[in-house]
Amino acid sequence: MFQYSDKVMEQFKSMKNAGRIEDADGIGKVGNPVCGDVMWIYIKVDENEVIIDCKFETFGCVAAIATSSLATELVKGEKIEDALKITNKRIVELLGGLPKEKFHCSVLAEEGIKKAIEDYRQKKEK
Amino acid sequence: MNNPIYLDNNATTKVAPEVLDEMLPFLKEEYANPSSIYSFAQSIKKNIEQAREKVAQLLNADSSDIVFTSGGTESDNLAIKGIAYANREKGKHIITSSIEHHAVLNTCKYLLKQGFDVTFLPVDKYGIIDLKELKKSIRKDTILVSIMFANNEIGTIEPIEEIGKIVKEKGIYFHTDAVQAAGKIKINVKKLNIDLLSISAHKFHGPKGVGALYVKKSVNFDNLLHGGHQEKGKRAGTENVAGILGLGKACELAIDYLNDQKQQQKIKMLRDKLEKGILEKIPEIIINGHPEKRIDNTLNICIKYIEGESILINLDLEGIYASSGSACTSGSLEPSHVLLALGLPHEIAHGSLRFSLSKYTEEKEIEKVLEILPEIVQKLRNLSPLWKEKKI
Ligand SMILES: Cc1ncc(COP(=O)(O)O)c(C=O)c1O
Repeated sequence: MFQYSDKVMEQFKSMKNAGRIEDADGIGKVGNPVCGDVMWIYIKVDENEVIIDCKFETFGCVAAIATSSLATELVKGEKIEDALKITNKRIVELLGGLPKEKFHCSVLAEEGIKKAIEDYRQKKEK
Repeated sequence: MNNPIYLDNNATTKVAPEVLDEMLPFLKEEYANPSSIYSFAQSIKKNIEQAREKVAQLLNADSSDIVFTSGGTESDNLAIKGIAYANREKGKHIITSSIEHHAVLNTCKYLLKQGFDVTFLPVDKYGIIDLKELKKSIRKDTILVSIMFANNEIGTIEPIEEIGKIVKEKGIYFHTDAVQAAGKIKINVKKLNIDLLSISAHKFHGPKGVGALYVKKSVNFDNLLHGGHQEKGKRAGTENVAGILGLGKACELAIDYLNDQKQQQKIKMLRDKLEKGILEKIPEIIINGHPEKRIDNTLNICIKYIEGESILINLDLEGIYASSGSACTSGSLEPSHVLLALGLPHEIAHGSLRFSLSKYTEEKEIEKVLEILPEIVQKLRNLSPLWKEKKI
Protein backbone atom coordinates (compact mmCIF):
# COMPACT_ATOMS: atom_id res chain seq x y z
CA MET A 1 0.00 0.00 0.00
CA PHE A 2 1.15 3.52 -0.71
CA GLN A 3 1.93 6.29 1.68
CA TYR A 4 -0.06 9.37 0.65
CA SER A 5 0.55 12.95 1.75
CA ASP A 6 -1.98 14.75 3.95
CA LYS A 7 -2.93 16.96 1.00
CA VAL A 8 -3.75 13.92 -1.15
CA MET A 9 -5.89 12.52 1.64
CA GLU A 10 -7.65 15.89 2.08
CA GLN A 11 -8.60 15.97 -1.59
CA PHE A 12 -9.63 12.33 -1.49
CA LYS A 13 -11.90 12.97 1.46
CA SER A 14 -13.39 16.30 0.37
CA MET A 15 -13.95 15.63 -3.36
CA LYS A 16 -15.40 19.15 -3.47
CA ASN A 17 -16.25 19.21 -7.16
CA ALA A 18 -17.41 15.64 -7.50
CA GLY A 19 -20.27 15.05 -9.91
CA ARG A 20 -21.33 16.04 -13.40
CA ILE A 21 -22.50 19.22 -15.10
CA GLU A 22 -25.58 18.29 -17.10
CA ASP A 23 -25.29 21.21 -19.55
CA ALA A 24 -21.48 21.27 -19.69
CA ASP A 25 -19.81 23.33 -22.42
CA GLY A 26 -16.95 20.88 -22.64
CA ILE A 27 -16.21 17.34 -21.42
CA GLY A 28 -12.75 15.74 -21.30
CA LYS A 29 -12.84 11.94 -21.12
CA VAL A 30 -9.47 10.32 -20.46
CA GLY A 31 -8.07 7.03 -19.19
CA ASN A 32 -9.00 3.41 -19.66
CA PRO A 33 -10.85 1.03 -17.33
CA VAL A 34 -8.41 -1.78 -18.18
CA CYS A 35 -5.59 0.25 -16.63
CA GLY A 36 -7.73 1.08 -13.65
CA ASP A 37 -8.39 4.79 -14.07
CA VAL A 38 -10.92 6.83 -15.99
CA MET A 39 -11.55 10.58 -15.52
CA TRP A 40 -14.31 12.70 -16.95
CA ILE A 41 -13.81 16.45 -16.48
CA TYR A 42 -16.77 18.79 -17.11
CA ILE A 43 -16.44 22.55 -17.65
CA LYS A 44 -18.91 25.42 -17.89
CA VAL A 45 -17.46 28.50 -19.65
CA ASP A 46 -18.89 32.05 -19.75
CA GLU A 47 -18.73 34.61 -22.58
CA ASN A 48 -15.39 35.96 -21.31
CA GLU A 49 -13.82 32.50 -21.64
CA VAL A 50 -13.70 32.05 -17.89
CA ILE A 51 -14.32 28.56 -16.51
CA ILE A 52 -17.15 29.29 -14.09
CA ASP A 53 -17.75 25.72 -13.04
CA CYS A 54 -15.79 22.51 -13.20
CA LYS A 55 -16.67 19.02 -11.96
CA PHE A 56 -15.20 15.55 -12.21
CA GLU A 57 -16.19 11.91 -12.22
CA THR A 58 -13.45 9.38 -11.64
CA PHE A 59 -13.06 5.61 -11.56
CA GLY A 60 -9.74 4.85 -9.95
CA CYS A 61 -7.45 4.80 -6.99
CA VAL A 62 -6.89 7.41 -4.29
CA ALA A 63 -4.35 9.27 -6.43
CA ALA A 64 -6.66 9.33 -9.45
CA ILE A 65 -9.48 10.78 -7.37
CA ALA A 66 -7.25 13.30 -5.58
CA THR A 67 -5.54 14.59 -8.75
CA SER A 68 -8.80 15.02 -10.64
CA SER A 69 -10.36 16.71 -7.63
CA LEU A 70 -7.48 19.16 -7.29
CA ALA A 71 -7.40 19.83 -11.04
CA THR A 72 -11.04 20.93 -10.97
CA GLU A 73 -10.33 23.28 -8.07
CA LEU A 74 -7.38 24.79 -9.93
CA VAL A 75 -9.23 25.64 -13.12
CA LYS A 76 -12.44 26.90 -11.56
CA GLY A 77 -12.52 30.69 -11.97
CA GLU A 78 -9.56 30.69 -14.36
CA LYS A 79 -9.49 31.94 -17.91
CA ILE A 80 -9.17 29.18 -20.46
CA GLU A 81 -5.71 30.24 -21.56
CA ASP A 82 -4.51 30.06 -17.95
CA ALA A 83 -6.18 26.70 -17.37
CA LEU A 84 -4.22 25.35 -20.33
CA LYS A 85 -0.99 26.22 -18.53
CA ILE A 86 -1.66 23.86 -15.64
CA THR A 87 0.84 21.02 -15.75
CA ASN A 88 0.88 17.67 -14.04
CA LYS A 89 4.05 18.79 -12.24
CA ARG A 90 2.15 21.64 -10.65
CA ILE A 91 -0.61 19.24 -9.59
CA VAL A 92 1.91 16.91 -7.96
CA GLU A 93 3.60 19.85 -6.22
CA LEU A 94 0.36 21.17 -4.81
CA LEU A 95 -0.52 17.70 -3.54
CA GLY A 96 2.72 17.57 -1.57
CA GLY A 97 4.07 14.86 -3.86
CA LEU A 98 2.77 11.55 -5.20
CA PRO A 99 4.28 8.05 -5.11
CA LYS A 100 6.27 7.49 -8.30
CA GLU A 101 3.88 4.77 -9.47
CA LYS A 102 1.04 7.28 -9.30
CA PHE A 103 2.52 10.04 -11.44
CA HIS A 104 0.44 8.92 -14.40
CA CYS A 105 -2.67 10.00 -12.49
CA SER A 106 -1.47 13.60 -12.52
CA VAL A 107 -0.77 13.32 -16.25
CA LEU A 108 -4.32 12.09 -16.78
CA ALA A 109 -5.72 15.01 -14.79
CA GLU A 110 -3.78 17.50 -16.93
CA GLU A 111 -4.95 15.74 -20.10
CA GLY A 112 -8.53 15.73 -18.82
CA ILE A 113 -8.57 19.50 -18.51
CA LYS A 114 -6.97 20.01 -21.92
CA LYS A 115 -9.46 17.64 -23.52
CA ALA A 116 -12.40 19.38 -21.88
CA ILE A 117 -11.19 22.73 -23.25
CA GLU A 118 -10.61 21.22 -26.69
CA ASP A 119 -14.13 19.82 -26.61
CA TYR A 120 -15.50 23.24 -25.65
CA ARG A 121 -13.66 24.89 -28.56
CA GLN A 122 -14.85 22.32 -31.06
CA LYS A 123 -18.43 22.71 -29.91
CA LYS A 124 -18.17 26.50 -30.18
CA GLU A 125 -16.91 26.34 -33.76
CA LYS A 126 -19.94 24.39 -34.88
CA MET B 1 -12.20 5.96 17.10
CA ASN B 2 -13.79 2.65 18.07
CA ASN B 3 -11.64 -0.45 18.17
CA PRO B 4 -10.34 -1.16 14.70
CA ILE B 5 -11.86 -4.11 12.86
CA TYR B 6 -9.11 -6.37 11.55
CA LEU B 7 -10.26 -8.46 8.59
CA ASP B 8 -6.93 -9.15 6.94
CA ASN B 9 -6.01 -12.43 8.62
CA ASN B 10 -4.68 -14.00 5.41
CA ALA B 11 -2.00 -11.29 5.43
CA THR B 12 -1.12 -11.99 9.03
CA THR B 13 -2.81 -12.74 12.34
CA LYS B 14 -2.65 -11.46 15.87
CA VAL B 15 -0.24 -13.39 18.09
CA ALA B 16 -2.35 -15.42 20.52
CA PRO B 17 -1.74 -14.38 24.15
CA GLU B 18 -0.87 -18.03 24.99
CA VAL B 19 1.79 -17.94 22.27
CA LEU B 20 3.34 -14.76 23.60
CA ASP B 21 3.48 -16.22 27.12
CA GLU B 22 5.25 -19.27 25.75
CA MET B 23 7.84 -17.15 23.94
CA LEU B 24 8.73 -14.50 26.49
CA PRO B 25 11.02 -16.55 28.77
CA PHE B 26 13.13 -17.38 25.72
CA LEU B 27 13.64 -13.71 24.98
CA LYS B 28 14.61 -13.07 28.58
CA GLU B 29 16.30 -15.50 30.93
CA GLU B 30 16.40 -18.62 28.70
CA TYR B 31 18.91 -17.21 26.26
CA ALA B 32 21.42 -20.05 25.87
CA ASN B 33 22.44 -21.36 22.46
CA PRO B 34 20.71 -24.73 22.08
CA SER B 35 23.84 -26.19 20.45
CA SER B 36 25.85 -25.78 23.66
CA ILE B 37 26.28 -28.78 25.90
CA TYR B 38 25.66 -27.45 29.42
CA SER B 39 22.30 -28.08 31.06
CA PHE B 40 21.19 -24.44 30.63
CA ALA B 41 21.28 -25.01 26.85
CA GLN B 42 20.10 -28.60 26.85
CA SER B 43 16.76 -27.73 28.45
CA ILE B 44 16.18 -25.28 25.60
CA LYS B 45 17.07 -27.96 23.10
CA LYS B 46 14.42 -30.12 24.72
CA ASN B 47 11.85 -27.34 24.35
CA ILE B 48 12.67 -27.06 20.66
CA GLU B 49 12.12 -30.78 20.22
CA GLN B 50 8.75 -30.50 21.96
CA ALA B 51 7.78 -27.72 19.56
CA ARG B 52 8.84 -29.95 16.68
CA GLU B 53 6.53 -32.66 17.96
CA LYS B 54 3.61 -30.24 18.05
CA VAL B 55 4.23 -29.19 14.45
CA ALA B 56 4.40 -32.86 13.47
CA GLN B 57 1.16 -33.54 15.30
CA LEU B 58 -0.65 -30.79 13.41
CA LEU B 59 0.37 -32.41 10.12
CA ASN B 60 0.30 -36.07 11.21
CA ALA B 61 3.99 -36.26 10.35
CA ASP B 62 7.03 -37.79 12.05
CA SER B 63 8.73 -35.12 14.10
CA SER B 64 12.11 -36.04 12.62
CA ASP B 65 10.75 -34.87 9.24
CA ILE B 66 10.14 -31.28 10.40
CA VAL B 67 12.70 -28.58 9.55
CA PHE B 68 12.32 -25.15 11.13
CA THR B 69 12.74 -22.18 8.79
CA SER B 70 12.25 -18.40 8.79
CA GLY B 71 8.71 -18.68 7.40
CA GLY B 72 6.61 -19.58 4.41
CA THR B 73 8.87 -17.97 1.84
CA GLU B 74 11.95 -19.84 3.01
CA SER B 75 10.05 -23.12 3.27
CA ASP B 76 8.84 -22.77 -0.32
CA ASN B 77 12.32 -21.83 -1.56
CA LEU B 78 13.92 -24.68 0.35
CA ALA B 79 11.44 -27.22 -0.98
CA ILE B 80 11.54 -26.20 -4.62
CA LYS B 81 15.20 -25.28 -5.04
CA GLY B 82 16.17 -28.12 -2.72
CA ILE B 83 14.44 -30.68 -4.95
CA ALA B 84 15.50 -29.03 -8.19
CA TYR B 85 19.20 -28.90 -7.33
CA ALA B 86 19.40 -32.39 -5.84
CA ASN B 87 17.52 -34.07 -8.69
CA ARG B 88 18.69 -32.18 -11.78
CA GLU B 89 20.40 -35.34 -13.07
CA LYS B 90 17.05 -37.08 -13.08
CA GLY B 91 15.18 -34.31 -14.81
CA LYS B 92 14.62 -30.60 -15.12
CA HIS B 93 10.86 -30.30 -15.32
CA ILE B 94 8.69 -28.81 -12.58
CA ILE B 95 4.90 -28.46 -12.56
CA THR B 96 3.11 -25.79 -10.55
CA SER B 97 -0.05 -23.70 -10.89
CA SER B 98 -0.66 -20.20 -12.17
CA ILE B 99 -2.21 -19.07 -8.87
CA GLU B 100 0.62 -19.86 -6.45
CA HIS B 101 1.92 -17.31 -3.97
CA HIS B 102 4.92 -15.35 -5.26
CA ALA B 103 7.14 -17.37 -2.92
CA VAL B 104 6.51 -20.36 -5.21
CA LEU B 105 5.88 -18.54 -8.48
CA ASN B 106 9.03 -16.44 -8.42
CA THR B 107 11.16 -19.34 -7.19
CA CYS B 108 9.97 -21.33 -10.22
CA LYS B 109 10.63 -18.35 -12.51
CA TYR B 110 14.14 -18.12 -11.08
CA LEU B 111 14.68 -21.81 -11.84
CA LEU B 112 13.44 -21.24 -15.40
CA LYS B 113 16.36 -18.84 -15.84
CA GLN B 114 18.68 -21.47 -14.39
CA GLY B 115 17.77 -23.85 -17.19
CA PHE B 116 14.88 -25.72 -15.61
CA ASP B 117 11.58 -26.12 -17.42
CA VAL B 118 8.37 -25.14 -15.62
CA THR B 119 4.72 -25.78 -16.50
CA PHE B 120 2.25 -23.34 -14.92
CA LEU B 121 -1.11 -25.15 -14.86
CA PRO B 122 -4.23 -23.10 -15.58
CA VAL B 123 -7.21 -23.05 -13.21
CA ASP B 124 -10.98 -22.96 -13.75
CA LYS B 125 -13.16 -19.98 -12.83
CA TYR B 126 -13.14 -21.06 -9.18
CA GLY B 127 -9.37 -21.38 -9.04
CA ILE B 128 -9.21 -25.19 -9.10
CA ILE B 129 -6.48 -26.83 -11.15
CA ASP B 130 -7.46 -29.22 -13.90
CA LEU B 131 -6.35 -32.75 -12.95
CA LYS B 132 -6.46 -33.90 -16.57
CA GLU B 133 -4.08 -31.11 -17.49
CA LEU B 134 -1.84 -32.15 -14.63
CA LYS B 135 -1.72 -35.74 -15.87
CA LYS B 136 -1.07 -34.57 -19.41
CA SER B 137 1.79 -32.32 -18.44
CA ILE B 138 3.72 -34.96 -16.50
CA ARG B 139 6.80 -35.99 -18.50
CA LYS B 140 9.66 -38.44 -18.11
CA ASP B 141 11.87 -35.66 -16.78
CA THR B 142 9.33 -34.22 -14.30
CA ILE B 143 10.88 -34.14 -10.84
CA LEU B 144 8.46 -32.05 -8.80
CA VAL B 145 4.82 -31.02 -8.64
CA SER B 146 4.16 -28.02 -6.38
CA ILE B 147 0.51 -27.06 -5.92
CA MET B 148 -0.75 -24.94 -3.05
CA PHE B 149 -3.17 -26.41 -0.50
CA ALA B 150 -5.38 -23.32 -0.27
CA ASN B 151 -5.06 -20.03 -2.08
CA ASN B 152 -4.29 -16.92 -0.04
CA GLU B 153 -6.40 -14.51 -2.10
CA ILE B 154 -9.57 -16.43 -2.86
CA GLY B 155 -9.38 -19.27 -0.33
CA THR B 156 -10.00 -22.05 -2.88
CA ILE B 157 -8.85 -25.47 -1.66
CA GLU B 158 -7.07 -27.56 -4.30
CA PRO B 159 -7.75 -31.31 -4.80
CA ILE B 160 -4.64 -32.28 -2.83
CA GLU B 161 -5.62 -35.91 -2.25
CA GLU B 162 -6.15 -36.54 -5.97
CA ILE B 163 -2.91 -34.75 -6.85
CA GLY B 164 -1.08 -36.83 -4.25
CA LYS B 165 -2.34 -40.03 -5.85
CA ILE B 166 -1.42 -39.01 -9.39
CA VAL B 167 2.03 -37.84 -8.39
CA LYS B 168 2.79 -40.92 -6.27
CA GLU B 169 1.95 -43.28 -9.13
CA LYS B 170 4.52 -41.51 -11.27
CA GLY B 171 7.23 -41.47 -8.63
CA ILE B 172 7.51 -37.68 -8.64
CA TYR B 173 7.91 -35.51 -5.54
CA PHE B 174 4.87 -33.57 -4.36
CA HIS B 175 5.27 -30.27 -2.51
CA THR B 176 2.35 -28.20 -1.27
CA ASP B 177 2.39 -24.65 0.08
CA ALA B 178 0.02 -25.08 3.02
CA VAL B 179 0.70 -21.65 4.50
CA GLN B 180 -2.99 -20.70 4.25
CA ALA B 181 -4.33 -24.15 5.06
CA ALA B 182 -2.37 -24.92 8.24
CA GLY B 183 -4.48 -24.25 11.29
CA LYS B 184 -7.61 -23.76 9.18
CA ILE B 185 -8.22 -27.28 7.85
CA LYS B 186 -7.06 -30.72 8.96
CA ILE B 187 -3.91 -31.86 7.19
CA ASN B 188 -2.61 -35.41 7.10
CA VAL B 189 0.60 -35.63 5.08
CA LYS B 190 0.66 -39.41 5.17
CA LYS B 191 -2.88 -39.93 3.97
CA LEU B 192 -2.49 -37.26 1.30
CA ASN B 193 0.83 -38.61 -0.05
CA ILE B 194 2.58 -35.28 0.46
CA ASP B 195 6.39 -35.32 0.31
CA LEU B 196 7.07 -31.70 1.27
CA LEU B 197 4.79 -29.13 2.89
CA SER B 198 5.34 -25.48 3.89
CA ILE B 199 3.79 -23.66 6.84
CA SER B 200 4.26 -20.24 8.42
CA ALA B 201 3.52 -19.42 12.07
CA HIS B 202 2.19 -15.89 11.62
CA LYS B 203 -0.77 -17.05 9.56
CA PHE B 204 -2.27 -18.89 12.53
CA HIS B 205 -1.63 -16.72 15.56
CA GLY B 206 2.07 -17.46 15.88
CA PRO B 207 4.93 -14.98 15.50
CA LYS B 208 6.31 -13.63 12.22
CA GLY B 209 9.60 -14.84 10.77
CA VAL B 210 9.29 -18.52 11.66
CA GLY B 211 7.84 -21.51 9.85
CA ALA B 212 8.56 -25.08 8.99
CA LEU B 213 9.03 -27.42 6.09
CA TYR B 214 7.90 -31.01 6.32
CA VAL B 215 10.23 -33.22 4.26
CA LYS B 216 9.61 -36.95 4.12
CA LYS B 217 12.72 -38.95 4.99
CA SER B 218 13.00 -40.64 1.61
CA VAL B 219 13.14 -37.32 -0.25
CA ASN B 220 16.42 -36.47 -1.92
CA PHE B 221 16.97 -32.76 -1.42
CA ASP B 222 19.72 -30.16 -0.98
CA ASN B 223 19.76 -27.48 1.64
CA LEU B 224 19.90 -23.76 0.90
CA LEU B 225 21.78 -22.51 3.92
CA HIS B 226 25.17 -24.06 4.52
CA GLY B 227 26.90 -23.69 7.85
CA GLY B 228 26.47 -25.36 11.20
CA HIS B 229 24.86 -28.69 11.87
CA GLN B 230 21.54 -27.34 13.17
CA GLU B 231 18.34 -29.03 11.98
CA LYS B 232 20.40 -32.14 11.18
CA GLY B 233 22.29 -30.19 8.57
CA LYS B 234 19.15 -29.40 6.58
CA ARG B 235 19.07 -25.76 7.66
CA ALA B 236 22.12 -24.16 9.20
CA GLY B 237 22.01 -21.25 11.63
CA THR B 238 21.40 -20.81 15.34
CA GLU B 239 17.74 -21.52 16.01
CA ASN B 240 15.13 -18.77 16.39
CA VAL B 241 14.30 -20.26 19.77
CA ALA B 242 11.45 -17.96 20.85
CA GLY B 243 9.96 -18.11 17.37
CA ILE B 244 10.11 -21.88 17.22
CA LEU B 245 8.45 -22.20 20.62
CA GLY B 246 5.81 -19.71 19.49
CA LEU B 247 5.20 -21.83 16.40
CA GLY B 248 4.89 -24.94 18.57
CA LYS B 249 2.32 -23.26 20.80
CA ALA B 250 0.41 -21.93 17.77
CA CYS B 251 0.25 -25.52 16.46
CA GLU B 252 -1.07 -26.74 19.80
CA LEU B 253 -3.81 -24.08 19.72
CA ALA B 254 -4.54 -24.92 16.09
CA ILE B 255 -5.04 -28.59 16.98
CA ASP B 256 -7.54 -27.53 19.67
CA TYR B 257 -9.29 -25.31 17.17
CA LEU B 258 -9.50 -28.07 14.55
CA ASN B 259 -11.07 -30.37 17.14
CA ASP B 260 -13.62 -27.74 18.12
CA GLN B 261 -16.54 -27.78 15.68
CA LYS B 262 -18.17 -24.83 17.40
CA GLN B 263 -15.25 -22.47 16.92
CA GLN B 264 -14.89 -23.44 13.29
CA GLN B 265 -18.58 -23.03 12.62
CA LYS B 266 -18.52 -19.57 14.16
CA ILE B 267 -15.96 -18.31 11.65
CA LYS B 268 -17.83 -19.88 8.75
CA MET B 269 -21.13 -18.47 9.98
CA LEU B 270 -19.65 -14.96 10.21
CA ARG B 271 -18.01 -15.22 6.78
CA ASP B 272 -21.29 -16.43 5.25
CA LYS B 273 -23.17 -13.65 6.98
CA LEU B 274 -20.78 -11.11 5.50
CA GLU B 275 -21.10 -12.65 2.04
CA LYS B 276 -24.88 -12.83 2.16
CA GLY B 277 -25.20 -9.33 3.59
CA ILE B 278 -23.00 -7.83 0.88
CA LEU B 279 -24.96 -9.61 -1.86
CA GLU B 280 -28.22 -8.34 -0.42
CA LYS B 281 -27.12 -4.77 0.08
CA ILE B 282 -24.88 -4.11 -2.90
CA PRO B 283 -25.81 -4.82 -6.51
CA GLU B 284 -23.36 -6.10 -9.13
CA ILE B 285 -21.00 -8.07 -6.93
CA ILE B 286 -18.95 -11.06 -8.04
CA ILE B 287 -17.89 -13.66 -5.47
CA ASN B 288 -14.46 -15.08 -6.21
CA GLY B 289 -13.26 -18.54 -5.22
CA HIS B 290 -15.06 -21.85 -4.98
CA PRO B 291 -18.54 -21.75 -3.40
CA GLU B 292 -17.82 -24.76 -1.15
CA LYS B 293 -14.19 -25.81 -1.52
CA ARG B 294 -12.96 -22.70 0.21
CA ILE B 295 -11.29 -22.04 3.57
CA ASP B 296 -13.93 -20.87 6.05
CA ASN B 297 -12.39 -17.51 6.86
CA THR B 298 -12.00 -16.01 3.37
CA LEU B 299 -14.32 -13.84 1.32
CA ASN B 300 -13.05 -12.33 -1.91
CA ILE B 301 -15.37 -10.19 -4.02
CA CYS B 302 -15.22 -7.85 -6.97
CA ILE B 303 -17.28 -4.70 -6.71
CA LYS B 304 -17.90 -3.64 -10.27
CA TYR B 305 -17.30 -0.09 -11.54
CA ILE B 306 -15.06 1.04 -8.67
CA GLU B 307 -11.43 0.49 -7.74
CA GLY B 308 -10.06 -1.48 -4.79
CA GLU B 309 -7.57 0.94 -3.30
CA SER B 310 -10.12 3.73 -2.95
CA ILE B 311 -12.48 1.27 -1.23
CA LEU B 312 -9.70 0.11 1.13
CA ILE B 313 -8.70 3.65 2.10
CA ASN B 314 -12.31 4.57 2.77
CA LEU B 315 -12.65 1.46 4.94
CA ASP B 316 -9.42 2.38 6.70
CA LEU B 317 -10.83 5.83 7.51
CA GLU B 318 -13.63 3.96 9.29
CA GLY B 319 -11.20 1.68 11.13
CA ILE B 320 -11.78 -1.41 8.98
CA TYR B 321 -8.75 -3.25 7.62
CA ALA B 322 -9.01 -5.44 4.52
CA SER B 323 -7.04 -5.99 1.31
CA SER B 324 -7.39 -5.88 -2.47
CA GLY B 325 -5.89 -7.47 -5.56
CA SER B 326 -6.13 -4.20 -7.47
CA ALA B 327 -3.00 -3.10 -9.35
CA CYS B 328 -3.05 0.17 -7.44
CA THR B 329 -2.36 -1.50 -4.12
CA SER B 330 0.61 -3.51 -5.28
CA GLY B 331 2.69 -0.96 -7.12
CA SER B 332 2.53 -3.01 -10.29
CA LEU B 333 0.46 -2.17 -13.33
CA GLU B 334 -1.30 -5.50 -13.37
CA PRO B 335 -4.05 -6.58 -11.00
CA SER B 336 -3.56 -9.82 -9.06
CA HIS B 337 -2.33 -12.78 -11.12
CA VAL B 338 -4.80 -14.97 -9.22
CA LEU B 339 -7.85 -12.97 -10.27
CA LEU B 340 -6.63 -12.80 -13.87
CA ALA B 341 -6.06 -16.58 -13.86
CA LEU B 342 -9.75 -17.00 -12.96
CA GLY B 343 -10.54 -15.27 -16.23
CA LEU B 344 -11.72 -11.98 -14.75
CA PRO B 345 -11.19 -8.95 -17.00
CA HIS B 346 -8.76 -6.31 -15.76
CA GLU B 347 -11.38 -3.65 -15.06
CA ILE B 348 -13.28 -6.02 -12.78
CA ALA B 349 -10.17 -7.36 -11.05
CA HIS B 350 -9.29 -3.75 -10.15
CA GLY B 351 -12.39 -3.70 -7.94
CA SER B 352 -11.44 -6.68 -5.81
CA LEU B 353 -11.70 -6.77 -2.06
CA ARG B 354 -10.68 -9.51 0.37
CA PHE B 355 -11.97 -9.96 3.89
CA SER B 356 -10.26 -12.68 5.93
CA LEU B 357 -11.55 -13.52 9.41
CA SER B 358 -10.03 -15.22 12.44
CA LYS B 359 -11.30 -16.88 15.61
CA TYR B 360 -11.11 -13.44 17.21
CA THR B 361 -13.59 -11.88 14.75
CA GLU B 362 -16.86 -10.85 16.38
CA GLU B 363 -20.36 -10.70 14.99
CA LYS B 364 -20.73 -7.00 15.73
CA GLU B 365 -17.64 -6.32 13.63
CA ILE B 366 -19.24 -8.03 10.64
CA GLU B 367 -22.41 -6.04 11.23
CA LYS B 368 -20.41 -2.83 11.25
CA VAL B 369 -18.83 -3.70 7.90
CA LEU B 370 -22.27 -4.44 6.49
CA GLU B 371 -23.39 -1.02 7.62
CA ILE B 372 -20.41 0.92 6.30
CA LEU B 373 -19.35 -0.86 3.10
CA PRO B 374 -22.60 -0.17 1.16
CA GLU B 375 -22.25 3.56 1.91
CA ILE B 376 -18.67 3.63 0.66
CA VAL B 377 -19.59 1.70 -2.47
CA GLN B 378 -22.44 4.05 -3.20
CA LYS B 379 -20.25 7.10 -2.76
CA LEU B 380 -17.56 5.73 -5.08
CA ARG B 381 -20.07 4.48 -7.64
CA ASN B 382 -21.73 7.89 -7.71
CA LEU B 383 -18.33 9.26 -8.60
CA SER B 384 -17.59 6.61 -11.21
CA PRO B 385 -18.24 7.41 -14.88
CA LEU B 386 -18.35 3.66 -15.55
CA TRP B 387 -21.29 3.21 -13.20
CA LYS B 388 -23.18 6.08 -14.87
CA GLU B 389 -22.33 4.86 -18.34
CA LYS B 390 -23.69 1.43 -17.56
CA LYS B 391 -26.99 2.92 -16.47
CA ILE B 392 -27.43 5.04 -19.58
C1 LIG C 1 0.14 -19.11 0.32
C2 LIG C 1 1.31 -18.40 0.91
N1 LIG C 1 2.54 -18.87 0.72
C3 LIG C 1 3.63 -18.26 1.24
C4 LIG C 1 3.52 -17.12 1.99
C5 LIG C 1 4.75 -16.46 2.54
O1 LIG C 1 4.87 -16.69 3.91
P1 LIG C 1 5.83 -15.79 4.83
O2 LIG C 1 5.17 -14.46 4.93
O3 LIG C 1 5.87 -16.50 6.13
O4 LIG C 1 7.15 -15.74 4.17
C6 LIG C 1 2.24 -16.59 2.22
C7 LIG C 1 2.06 -15.35 2.99
O5 LIG C 1 2.03 -14.24 2.52
C8 LIG C 1 1.11 -17.23 1.66
O6 LIG C 1 -0.11 -16.75 1.83
